[in-house]
Amino acid sequence: MEPLERYRPIVDDFEAFLEACRRPLGIAVRVNTIEASVERATAVLEEEGVAYERVGWNPRVLRLDTDSPGATWASFHGFTHTQEEVSAVPPVVLDPRPGERVWDACAAPGGKATQIAALMDDRGTVVANDNNLGRLSALRFNAERLGATSLAVTNRDARNYSLKPFGFDEFDRALVDAPCSCEGTIRKNPDALDDWSEGHVHSVAGIQKGILRRAIQATREGGTVVYSTCTFAPEENEAVVDHVLAEEDCRVVDVDVDLEHSPGVTEWDGEAYDPSVEKAIRIYPHQNDTGGFFVAKLEVTAP
Amino acid sequence: MTENVGQRFDRLPATPDERTVEGRATRAEVVGYFEERFGITPETFDGYTFWEKGAGKIWVYAGEAPSPVELEALGMTCLRTRQEHWKPTTDAVQRFGRAATRNVIDLSREEARRFAAGEDQELDWDGDWGYLIAAHEIGVGPEGRPGRDGASAERRSADRSSEQSPREDAVERGQREPLGVGLYLHGELRSMVPKGRQRDL
Repeated sequence: MEPLERYRPIVDDFEAFLEACRRPLGIAVRVNTIEASVERATAVLEEEGVAYERVGWNPRVLRLDTDSPGATWASFHGFTHTQEEVSAVPPVVLDPRPGERVWDACAAPGGKATQIAALMDDRGTVVANDNNLGRLSALRFNAERLGATSLAVTNRDARNYSLKPFGFDEFDRALVDAPCSCEGTIRKNPDALDDWSEGHVHSVAGIQKGILRRAIQATREGGTVVYSTCTFAPEENEAVVDHVLAEEDCRVVDVDVDLEHSPGVTEWDGEAYDPSVEKAIRIYPHQNDTGGFFVAKLEVTAP
Repeated sequence: MTENVGQRFDRLPATPDERTVEGRATRAEVVGYFEERFGITPETFDGYTFWEKGAGKIWVYAGEAPSPVELEALGMTCLRTRQEHWKPTTDAVQRFGRAATRNVIDLSREEARRFAAGEDQELDWDGDWGYLIAAHEIGVGPEGRPGRDGASAERRSADRSSEQSPREDAVERGQREPLGVGLYLHGELRSMVPKGRQRDL
């Protein structure tokens, strides 16, 4: 927990934050509406005797009272997908519509890409990319299990991504759920902070900036780009958004999600960021008893 | 005639007249197979395109792409052709098999459990031999009838208390849900559920 000490100045009720980070995380699943409605999925869980609780902010996310959410009929039929509750936030903020062209720049293992497909009623084009071939096989497995037919899967570096293989040259929306230092996953993975170093935070921030810049460039004017990480480090969050605001044509817009959260920070470690980064949201583990997440919503503007 | 290129997705020709790659299935044949074998109507696949990547591996896709195109995956694999008996995939059967009216074998919960675990089992079946869609009834509420899609909990409890529900007829076929593909031969149903999809339930 030591690396988290640096966040004492920016986290309200820091002791509650640390306490929550020490508690293991409960199991959550997302209902895969490509295969079943929420009513049908919950009817199957009820019949199986698996207790669940609906989360308040999203009717498609359930907290399950089981240690093996994959060993249920609901999961076997692809009605449910095990996914951390806060991981379901970025696709909801992205708000994709049926028929659109959407890019998921760092898509493996596919929880968010398949959620995007489901939000689009599996109609349209979801380009799910990842640079890691091993993780890509997990994405393909999940996509097929969940019956997503609107996914096109690519294996490239997102920072210089080319749309050339497709018959179109811009996306309507893009999600950059960036590789990060993963501090917010400590409840799920107690080893998450073992390799933490400030050097790593800075080097991954460079990659994040490159991917987010490319996502803005590849999205049409008026389109939406969502940037998210599962970490608390401002260097990987607000600083990345601040950088992209300076380099690309875009602006930060409000995030509308019914979960308790804190605003983006505008100052960190002697640096001041563009005041609009305050519109981003920080979700801390003690606020909703979840993992930690950062989500910023950007609108692409005219050059 | 040219040959199939292993690393590339090629859209299936609509009909044999448009075929340029030897041995490649056509869209008409693929849609016709699902109709003839399982009674899945051709309209089920309106809005989808079919592609081949890998010899005989057919993919079903709802999005946009030019043909040919080189990428890792396009939609989902749905069918194996280029062999004597075409074979649908478990995932495609779970996705589209609800529309099937033929060659569907209904399993009890215990039989379904064994099927999902990948076990072969001796079962009576007086229909065609070959690849079947294995299915079971699931999501049938405690009152012995299915839970309703889209109805709120209040609405469902209101339905339960009323003698006659206006939606009673709509659910008469029950909640049959496809499990996957089985191969039926000589009194035995072999589970074709791939290893990674098998579950002990």
